[in-house]
Amino acid sequence: MQQMIERMLSQHEFFAGMDAEYRALIAGCARNAVFGDGSFLFREGEPAQTFYLVREGAVALEITAPGGVLTVQTVGTGEVAGFSWLFGPHRWQFDGRAVGRVHAVELDGVCLRAKCDADPRLGYDLMQRFAGLATRRLQATRLQLMDVYGHAHAG
Amino acid sequence: MRTLAEASAERPWTESPPWQVAASRPESHDTMTLELEPPAPFGFEPGQFNMLRVPGIGEVPISISGDPSRPGPVLHTIRDVGAVTHALCALRPGQRVGVRGPYGTCWPVREAEGGDVIIVAGGIGLPPLRPAIYHVLANRELYGRLVLLYGARTPSDLLFTGELAAWRSRPGVTVEVTVDTAGRDWHGGVGVVPDLIGKSAFDPRAAVAFTVGPEIMMRFAVRALLAAGVPEDRVFLSMERNMQCAGALCGHCQLGPFLLCRDGPVLGYRQLARWMSVREL
Amino acid sequence: MSSVTGSPPAVLRRDELDRLLDAIRRRGFRLVGPVLKDGAIVYGDISSAADLPAGWTDEQDAGTYRVRRRDDQALFGYNVGPQSWKKYLFPAVARLGVPDAGDAAEPERFAFIGVRACELRAIAIQDRVFTGGRHPDPGYAANREGAFLVAVNCGQAAKTCFCTSMSAGPKAEQGFDLALTELLDSGGHRFLAEAGTARGAEVLAELITGGAASPAPASDVAAADAVSERTAAAMERSMPAIDLRDLLYDNLEHPRWDDVAERCLACGNCTMVCPTCFCFSVEEVPDLTGAADERQRSWDSCFTLDHSYLHGGPVRTSTRSRYRQWMTHKLATWQDQFGTSGCVGCGRCIAWCPVGIDITEEVAAIAADD
Repeated sequence: MQQMIERMLSQHEFFAGMDAEYRALIAGCARNAVFGDGSFLFREGEPAQTFYLVREGAVALEITAPGGVLTVQTVGTGEVAGFSWLFGPHRWQFDGRAVGRVHAVELDGVCLRAKCDADPRLGYDLMQRFAGLATRRLQATRLQLMDVYGHAHAG
Repeated sequence: MRTLAEASAERPWTESPPWQVAASRPESHDTMTLELEPPAPFGFEPGQFNMLRVPGIGEVPISISGDPSRPGPVLHTIRDVGAVTHALCALRPGQRVGVRGPYGTCWPVREAEGGDVIIVAGGIGLPPLRPAIYHVLANRELYGRLVLLYGARTPSDLLFTGELAAWRSRPGVTVEVTVDTAGRDWHGGVGVVPDLIGKSAFDPRAAVAFTVGPEIMMRFAVRALLAAGVPEDRVFLSMERNMQCAGALCGHCQLGPFLLCRDGPVLGYRQLARWMSVREL
Repeated sequence: MSSVTGSPPAVLRRDELDRLLDAIRRRGFRLVGPVLKDGAIVYGDISSAADLPAGWTDEQDAGTYRVRRRDDQALFGYNVGPQSWKKYLFPAVARLGVPDAGDAAEPERFAFIGVRACELRAIAIQDRVFTGGRHPDPGYAANREGAFLVAVNCGQAAKTCFCTSMSAGPKAEQGFDLALTELLDSGGHRFLAEAGTARGAEVLAELITGGAASPAPASDVAAADAVSERTAAAMERSMPAIDLRDLLYDNLEHPRWDDVAERCLACGNCTMVCPTCFCFSVEEVPDLTGAADERQRSWDSCFTLDHSYLHGGPVRTSTRSRYRQWMTHKLATWQDQFGTSGCVGCGRCIAWCPVGIDITEEVAAIAADD
């Protein structure tokens, strides 16, 4: 099982180029997870101690308000869903819902944080990857916000 | 000032006698303030609302947006989003509108005494908060800092801009304004309102926070307030649902166990928390 | 002995029942009671006992209601039909507003003949909603005030009944002017009559004086008690004896809601037949002359999309959310809003649901894996 998880991690873009030794360490905090179409991986407000490497399928990040549910982003094959495990108060800010059947690797944030505390070099590697991911997400969100297809410049 | 009980005991909930429009003023491209002259002395608490009726068209709840300590015309700030609000926004001085109220719970301004007051407003959420702002400014010595964090979609959607400038100039008052998107003419902040919270200077231990805006914005604002150290039982929101009788009789304004016309619209976050993220509640 | 009035129970022969109805009518009441119409026992104006559905009963189950002939001539040998007394106390359409000083019409004074224990409870629940808050509704209050209630203790339980598990029956305990228990045995066709108020006692006293009734022997009192006990024992359905408020508050995302949503048509029948459902919409009444100043209220249902309309769309779009709203309101949030349950166990929603959704079964399913 451990070897299968390590192989999944090595195949996933997020861990591209990571030392095999660290991958093995991380695999100890990981497990295989499958979600049926429409099922929730996580719900807004609930404790967030995991994140997901999406191996196959897509996860829709959704938020609800009177008038309906908004999908703010979809996280697809090769991508990562979940930042809230990194910093307090460790609560999901959105609902994560499987679009189609989703195969993912679920990583235990508490376990990982402990391993990062024990080996700061692992922590640095992981933080770099997350920082890169967050930056790319931020730029994409800015582009979304510009509402470029909508009416001409406001203000 | 009449108590709520006195006001409602005098006449059945079905009656909405006409008040005259004393003044009307556009606040933005889709929002008007109506000043309505009450036929008898009228008092209200910050956060309460009136039911405004245009005969033949309908009746809607509108928050009272004026100064509770000032006698005379009662201010209502209305955004044109449907048939009734469209008709209300078209009213001019001399015309009449049916009014009944005041209804609902109010901002806990007395509970807030002795500490900082944080006001987080989004869009049309500022009018129901303005009476609380007036109250704090009129009783300055009872409160610590007044922090107003306000956002709208674009600069042309901002309300009460003249007053924002006047408030900002007063000692002990912070006013930060932001918009989601803007062109080059705008020299102010661009970004989301909840992000202003972490950057503001206030003492969370004795602070009280009042927030009104789109529900999603309020949820993010509450998260930021809690992260900044404001205790859960010191955060208050004003919620909205379909409202028809305003008398806790018709069943429309339910939000879980709350009848918003009676138990709200102002509710504490602690009471609301478990209901806020439930889909289609 | 009635604990309220201290007056002892009386017995009234079947052929003297009209004397009771006359005595009430003479006091200025409009008599309304059960009548057989279009294959159902509903409520309508009655002038004498001959208008009651003598010798009829009902057979009810999930999604089923039929009337059938009995092999006796019992006048109240059935349970409840698709209508409830809210038809009169809270009419489906009513003008709003205070009548003109020139309007000479006096509010109607109703006498309800044949109110079941579950219905007494339902009336009390609606009393609390419409008159127990800060803004009493004048329309409801006018209809309710002075209404004369003649209760009937059920002699049988329909398969859809579950009043015992809601502590709302089958015996009428309070809220009536008179309560009758129909007795049909070797002692003849008669009614045990108990007074619940001073004016009920006064009517009984008048009947006794006039020879239409006489003090009830202990054996008749015992027979009446036995009727209620037998009815209670015959009840087949029950609401699980658990804290419904906690159960439903903790299970707002239970998969059972998806399950029931696949069956529910959102037709709203349950809300129309339910004796406690009170949602109404306020509407402007159009006026061609332009002098529009009239409004009306009409029954609304939380199953309509419009019910939760806000900012250009409904909050509750899915059938799932609307069914959940109805059931959690009826059993749980009603308690926080008004201090009681909203359900009296009359079973109408079970019988009149076209697909036979059973509220007790839905609760049991959620409770099963709570």
